[in-house]
Parts: sequence; C-alpha cells; structure tokens
Amino acid sequence: MIELTNLKKSFDGVEVLKGISTKFEPGKINLIIGASGGGKSVLMKCMVGLLKPTEGNVLYDNRDFHKLDNKEIRDVRREIGMLFQGNALFDSYTVEENIEFPLKMFTEMSPAERIDRVNFCLEQVHLEGVNSKYPAEISGGMKKRVGIARAIALDIKYLFCDEPNSGLDPVTSRVIDQLLEEITKEFQMTTVINTHDMKTVFDIGDQIIYMYEGNKWWEGKKSDVRHSNNEELQAFINASYFE
Amino acid sequence: MISRPEKLSVYWERTALEMKNIGAGSLAIVAIIAVFQGAVTTLQIAYQLISPLVANPVIGSIVSDSSMLELAPTITCLVLAGKVGSHIASEIGTMKVSEQIDALEIMGINSNAFVALPKIIAGVVMVPCLIVISILLSNLGGIFAGSASGILTADEFIQGARESFLPFNLAFSLIKAFVYAFIITSVSSYHGYQTSGGALEVGHSSTKAVVYSAVLILFSDYLLTQLLL
Repeated sequence: MIELTNLKKSFDGVEVLKGISTKFEPGKINLIIGASGGGKSVLMKCMVGLLKPTEGNVLYDNRDFHKLDNKEIRDVRREIGMLFQGNALFDSYTVEENIEFPLKMFTEMSPAERIDRVNFCLEQVHLEGVNSKYPAEISGGMKKRVGIARAIALDIKYLFCDEPNSGLDPVTSRVIDQLLEEITKEFQMTTVINTHDMKTVFDIGDQIIYMYEGNKWWEGKKSDVRHSNNEELQAFINASYFE
Repeated sequence: MISRPEKLSVYWERTALEMKNIGAGSLAIVAIIAVFQGAVTTLQIAYQLISPLVANPVIGSIVSDSSMLELAPTITCLVLAGKVGSHIASEIGTMKVSEQIDALEIMGINSNAFVALPKIIAGVVMVPCLIVISILLSNLGGIFAGSASGILTADEFIQGARESFLPFNLAFSLIKAFVYAFIITSVSSYHGYQTSGGALEVGHSSTKAVVYSAVLILFSDYLLTQLLL
C-alpha cells in the first residue's frame, strides 16, 4: 500500500501540490485524473522520488520514502515499475535488451534464465516475436507494451503509469487498459495511473482521485463519479466527452 | 555525483562499447587530420627555413617535435571535442528529455554513474591511443610531403626526428591527451545531463559542450605548457 500524508510541493514559492493525503491499495487500479496543470504529474514524480516534496510523506508499506537513506531508497525503487508517457525505452537497446536490462542490473540470473523471464514478460503483455527489434521499429502501442514488460521484469509491488494511453488510437488504448488491469489483479500490485481518458476511468478504475489546481478535489469509486455533485469534476467529465 | 557502480559487468560492457565508439569511431577523422597536418607543416617549415645554412633533417625534427608537443594532441582533441563531445552531449541530452534518465533513476540506478562514467573512462583510455596514432601518421604525412615535393628525403626526415626525440615530449603529449580527454567527456556529459526541454535544447547543449570543451582545452594547453615545459 502507498500512503500520502499532507504532500506539498512548491516551485519558486508557487505551491503546485497543496497538501495531498490519500491511500492507494494493492490489487486495485488507482487513477489520478484532472486537467493539464492540475498537479497530477508533479504528484506522481513526488511519489516515485523524481521530485522531493516540500512537505509531507510518501509511505511505501510504512516506509517513509523521502526519509530513507540512499540504499533503502534504492531497495524501494527496485519494487517500483513505471510506464512513462513517452515510453522511455532505451533507443540503443533491442526490445529484449530493454526488458532484460533491470534483470541484468539487479539479479544474478544466468543469460538463459534472463531470456526466459523476458519471454514470460512479453507473453504477459501479449507481444511475441519482437525480441530483436529496436524501439524505433515498433508501433506506439507495442512500445507501451514493451514499457509495461520492462516495468514488470523484476517482481515489482508498485506500478506507476503516466498517461499510458497518450498518443494511442482508441482500440489500442483499451488493449493497454485491459493489460494494466490484468497485470494488477494477477500480481496484486498497487497500480497508480495518471490519465485524462475518461474511458479508462469507467473501464478499469477502482479508486479515482480528481486533482484540481493542486488540490485533491474529489475522491471516490468509479460508480460515484457520474453522480458526484462536484462541479469541477462534472465539468471535467463533460468536457472529456466533447474532446 | 558518481557513486559505486551497481553491477561492474554491465559497466564494463558499456565502457567497452564506448571505447569502440570513441576509439574506432574517431580513427578515420584522426588519421586524415594527422596526415594532412604533418604534410602541411613540413611544407610550411621548409618554406620558412630555406637557407643553405639549415640542414634538411632540421625540418624533420621541427615537424616531429611540433606534432608531438602541440599539433597532434591539441588539434586532434579540438576536433574530438566537436565529434565526440557533441555526440556525448546530444546522446545524454536526448536520454534526459525522453525520460530515459528518469527511467534509470526509478529503477534505482545512479544515472550519473551509469551514463557518464563509462564515457569518461573510455575517453581517457582511447584518446591517448588516438594521439599516439596521430603523431605517427603526422610524421608519415611529413615524410610523404617532403619526398613528393623534393624538399627532403625520407631518410633525412627520420634522421631529424630521431635526433630531436625526447621521451619526455611523448610523455607530455600523453599527459595533454589524458587531460583533454577528461575535459571533453566530463564537460559534454555535464551539459547533456543539464538538458531540459526538447530537441532545441538538445542542440543547445551539444553546442555548449563543444564550445566549453574547446575553450577549456586551449586554457589547459597553456597551463600545462607553462607548468611542464
């Protein structure tokens, strides 16, 4: 479980996150939604440690991430996988090498064991026969799948996804959503997804957080989203359908 | 900034790859520059020293010494600052703007060490090797130009070069190469790492890396010459 308590972040005196507190439970798809500039990406970066919060705590199963020493931080990070908006695959590595990379760095697996694990991860994301291709040679949807396969190569406990559907067609977006749902349930991971795709919200969301101007403006289950009387949330949902 | 590597075997693989890129990848341009540098220097020295009082082997000794002390290390490294430096800065810059550096950090890998260290080690190993090759080819260029123009024979050139050869000059040249290699790789890695934004900023970082490396090479050239000669 990931717990945030009173998380604040300022840039040059401008407060971008204004005291976020919430819990993300394992085995559930936790969605952070909101308009651009609402603080979603900053919140995620604070959670994974790419930014240091000005105030507040990020607890990974009661381990206060920003108060750990370097070694402990690295240990926690090895339990984290992240799917980036732009995939962040290593251009000079093939698909196989990209997925193998964390295994090479952090395990004592033999080359044959590593390749088995790579193939297992590729099967999990329903992608086979692309081992020797470079990221530039595969489609956007395939890159997302490779990104997911790399994220789950180590036995991770926490999966973060930043706009997993950005730049994808609606059909591929649904495939990626289903994939994230399958993986989350199967491995009982704590999955946190930044998105403004309302289809994702209604398809796979378990817990929804709506961010507005740096605040947690609304929190609830997907069944409550439509019936919420939060004006900003309703405006966001309605605007999404006219995109 | 740079801490103990997570897994040495992976770092060694990356260092070997960078050695190939920096060393073998720069060999052609270094060879071309060295040959023409030696040839042109020979012709210019001959032009300036035409006198019955100056023996022909003196031309060989001047060309050989100036190649070793100044031309091979400094000119070659200024060119390498452009070739290798811009490549390093743009590679790391692109990794930064495409979130590949963030991906490394999230995996728990010290991205500074993982990205920059193999390049710096490869540079300080391979650039001195390139400089030695450059010195040899520069002399060959001088011999060729001297013979082709009838200014001096190959034997006269070699006689001059051998008579004026001091092992310290070679050591000085290698010290310079080592220092310049460190400047090129570390300054370029730094500028690549400082990139934020998009393609335009990657270009800016690449330019900055070349300019700063070149200025620092010239400054350290003066400093080393003042200190060691």
